[in-house]
Amino acid sequence: MAPATSPPAETGSAVLGRRGAAAFVAPALVLIAVFLVFPALWTLYLGVTDYRLTGVAAARPRFVGAENYTGVLGDGEFHHSLWLTLQFVGGSAIAGQTVLGFALAWVLRDRAGPVKRLVEGLVLLAWILPGSVIAFLWIALLDRDAGTLNALLGTPGTAWLLDHPLACVIVFNVWRGTAFSMMLYGAALGNVPPSHLETARLAGATTWQTLRDAVFPRIRGHVLTSLLLVSLWTFNDFTPFLITAGGPDHRSEILAVYVYRTALGDGRLGFGAAISLVMILVNLVIALGYLRALRERRPA
Amino acid sequence: MTPRDLLRRVAFAAFVALVLAFFALPLLWLASAPFDASPSITASVPDFTFRNFRALLDNPYAVASLRNSVLLAAGTALLVVALAAPAAYALSRVRVPGRDALLYLLLLLSSIITGTAAMVPIFLLAFELHLIDSRLGVILVLTGGLLPTAIFILKDFTDATPVSCEEAARVFGASPLQTLRHVVVPVVRPGLATVGVWTVAQVWGDFLMPFLLLRDPAKAPASVIMFTFYTEGGQPDLPLIATFSLLYSLPVVAMYLLVSRRYGFRFHGGTKR
Repeated sequence: MAPATSPPAETGSAVLGRRGAAAFVAPALVLIAVFLVFPALWTLYLGVTDYRLTGVAAARPRFVGAENYTGVLGDGEFHHSLWLTLQFVGGSAIAGQTVLGFALAWVLRDRAGPVKRLVEGLVLLAWILPGSVIAFLWIALLDRDAGTLNALLGTPGTAWLLDHPLACVIVFNVWRGTAFSMMLYGAALGNVPPSHLETARLAGATTWQTLRDAVFPRIRGHVLTSLLLVSLWTFNDFTPFLITAGGPDHRSEILAVYVYRTALGDGRLGFGAAISLVMILVNLVIALGYLRALRERRPA
Repeated sequence: MTPRDLLRRVAFAAFVALVLAFFALPLLWLASAPFDASPSITASVPDFTFRNFRALLDNPYAVASLRNSVLLAAGTALLVVALAAPAAYALSRVRVPGRDALLYLLLLLSSIITGTAAMVPIFLLAFELHLIDSRLGVILVLTGGLLPTAIFILKDFTDATPVSCEEAARVFGASPLQTLRHVVVPVVRPGLATVGVWTVAQVWGDFLMPFLLLRDPAKAPASVIMFTFYTEGGQPDLPLIATFSLLYSLPVVAMYLLVSRRYGFRFHGGTKR
């Protein structure tokens, strides 16, 4: 009876004229323009100056052209950080969260009861608790002298965060973010007709064959969406800073931490802005892929 | 039961046990240490006490920081809802050329200009606008980042409500603002609640922006102040950190339970930043 979709233009403008609509949208757009769009454009300008936090360059920044950009792209620390970021995103988001999240959604798909609720509750808890609390819990877990992990494994004195800093933040991020993939794949598996799974079972297909032939073709869109989203979030995650602060010796200094150290730690804002632009461009590539995947999934 | 079924069951049980251990292990400390008479960094069965909670009152910043967190979260949520609701309504009801492109662009911008990627220009902008060390500055920056997604969610809600009541109100002489307040808001209230709760959840846990923009520890929210809890000897003040972590986490868990009980857990893919 009632139209469930966007009403046609004539009826809509009877309630709110074009001028009224502009007045309704303007306040939000102003705030977005000042605090979201302007910073992004300003990054372009800052990147071609020698802006610094203190000193002469803070008062009167000088135009330096593409110097910062060539500096960033030729910088060994930047390459190192980019490589760490690639391992961090690839290991924790693309491999870890996706595989573990899918495995959980798959084994729990037709179960109910306390076991399922307990698993889902714990995985979700890891996702919703504040990052600062979680960071401290992991510092405590991995502590060299009295950490619970060393107590359990019987390896007192192993300094996990000093010996394997990158591996630690990767495992940490798998733990932190698996909930999203689990829920998304849980919802996606609901779209696979049970009869297809039954047919596969009767035909004697192995789990792997069932997944490949009956399940994956139906959830391909979800897989793509989830991969792009978790990559985007992991790429922009600042929480590893709270656990290792990029150390020791820059060995877990992913881009998010690297940009913080150069720009606000060392005060080289122009150089930091150039790194920022690189990060925004990476985000742009991932986000465009995501929006495209969404469009293809929504036929309307 | 065939051997294959048995194998399957054992494999399932082993997998679930491993997953439970992996996810429960870091959380044990949060459950045990706040109530342990002599909390150490190792999770253990506590020698039960509530005495640790007094440490919260002894620290000058602990309670104040929770108040700051409430202030930042509530302020941002109010501003986001107040600005996103009229914008979403107008974009839902009036068809202007380029509307879909605008929405698409906004969503794109909000997902690429994250706090992490844009921390340099955001810091400088706050500096130039004299918003460093101002809680209002944090609220404005966070609002700008969350608004596009909020408008998007709310537009979905307004798209799904019929326009006939609004037209009736209009015929009887109500102004657009009156129509919005008395006719539209009651209908889209679940949407407003969703956006409000979502904003609070985003801001409550946020570390980077307050860390970047606030200098005075008296203004810092819970997420930042936690990392100042050390004793004179430079050791982490465990009774304080444990009780504070628990207190700081409880609202999120309570909110989650409330939302999932009341609405069922509706899955908004892509709305967690």
